[in-house]
Amino acid sequence: MALFSPWRADFPALAVLEAQGQTYLDSAATAQKPQALIDALSGYYTCGAANVHRAQHQPAERATRAYEDARIKVAKWLNAACPTEIVFTRGATEALNLLAYGLEHLIEAGDEIVISALEHHANLLPWQQLAKRRAAKLQVLPIDASGRIDLAAATGLIGPRTRLLAVSQLSNVLGCWQPLDQLLHLAKAQGALTVVDGAQGVVHGRHDMTTLGCDFYVLSSHKLYGPDGVGALYGRGESLLQLRHWQFGGEMVRVADYQSAEFHAAPLGFEAGTPPISGVIGLGATLDYLADLDTIAIGRHEQALHDLLLAGLAERSGIRLLGSPQVALASFVVEGVHHSDLGHLLTEQGIAVRSGNHCAMPLMKHLGLDGATRVSLGLYNDHNDLQRFFDALDQALELLR
Amino acid sequence: MSELPDAAREALATFAEAPGWEQRARLLMQWGERLEPVNDGERSETNRVAGCESHVWLIGQCQDGRWHFRAASDARLIRGLLAVLLARVNGLDANELTQVDMADWFASLGLSRQLSPSRSNGINAVLQRMRELTG
Repeated sequence: MALFSPWRADFPALAVLEAQGQTYLDSAATAQKPQALIDALSGYYTCGAANVHRAQHQPAERATRAYEDARIKVAKWLNAACPTEIVFTRGATEALNLLAYGLEHLIEAGDEIVISALEHHANLLPWQQLAKRRAAKLQVLPIDASGRIDLAAATGLIGPRTRLLAVSQLSNVLGCWQPLDQLLHLAKAQGALTVVDGAQGVVHGRHDMTTLGCDFYVLSSHKLYGPDGVGALYGRGESLLQLRHWQFGGEMVRVADYQSAEFHAAPLGFEAGTPPISGVIGLGATLDYLADLDTIAIGRHEQALHDLLLAGLAERSGIRLLGSPQVALASFVVEGVHHSDLGHLLTEQGIAVRSGNHCAMPLMKHLGLDGATRVSLGLYNDHNDLQRFFDALDQALELLR
Repeated sequence: MSELPDAAREALATFAEAPGWEQRARLLMQWGERLEPVNDGERSETNRVAGCESHVWLIGQCQDGRWHFRAASDARLIRGLLAVLLARVNGLDANELTQVDMADWFASLGLSRQLSPSRSNGINAVLQRMRELTG
């Protein structure tokens, strides 16, 4: 079945990579960028950079307006109640660390922080370290064979000592949507705060913060076709009030003296120092570009590509999928073949996929694996990309078996 | 080139004739089969080289001032890379070892990409361990 991406031409790197003989199937690690973003970055730097929220001069006014416009765009993208519910960070990892420090004062010895077995290191280590600092207990929700958090087990593990639940929306290894509604409900019933790691989930489909009902939602710009060095933290208005300040410096402070200071509320109080201005403006431009696309058509295209990927993997003998991926990616191992050998030979053939532990070492250990090969898709991929991958896979396996 | 160990000269001759990636991969796998055995006891945490996406163990022994390394991995192509690496360094003394330009060696075999900084295959980590052992 021929599947062409009508959006491929909007991403200049795809043609360049193709000319270099490279097939890019690693979008879950970072995505290629649309021309609209490249133009916005170039426009900002060409027309005069300036710091935001500081000076009165015209370039500063222009930069500040563009920066704050981006906040409005992110708020709209997530259907947040208000742009002040969006805090810009230097990445999803920083947003999660912000939460782990900002909420530390709410965690007492013996309290429980609940995560799941499939978390990326970014949504595991900040909580693990917070638990250590506060002598709290880190509870790990098990997953079932399909790769979804086991709700029956979660019902038992989320209890009266649970202060916080932090889970991924879409696993970067298993590619399946997590039962967020039920999990958030369980946590709320215990009065716990809820954090959703949307680093992968935000890239696929639109997610509505009003209906999702979590306290905090974290996203990464560079996976969402935006620039790297930028992340965003959504916090429900009243939930943001629970955060203590964590990084200190320029422009997050209201009044400063030598011995004491008073700080701004969110969002500015959590954006210490010069923020990634160009990146934020670039993210805004990326969201403008994405907002103009037909969301339903993208969803259909991504699903068809994913079906094609799964069908191709299923046709080949000895291939075992990790979990039951639903969208965006598929991770697999091949019987009798080391993922490093497969990764090596795919690289030799210009196939850009990821081989290794995918920043989820405990999950790999849980699955009894050293690593796996992951193919991940972006809206610009087409059937030719997958065909080249499968041809290379067949060649590699022929050599290795 | 006259100073190259015999095994290194052989590696150079065979890899130089390999026309493409498939041939190079086949050769690497063949060379990997020639690694000297490393027994289970030697596959210990102490001998394990951290920073590799496969398991790699490296053991170095110095006799009469000359170094002899043995290495193992659970990945076949890594075994091959280890084999061509050891072919270049085994039998050298500490001073000669410091003078080996590894990037140049791998490049001359058509394997320069295996040493690039983004590669997590661990050959760089193996070189680092070698320097620690012999330093």
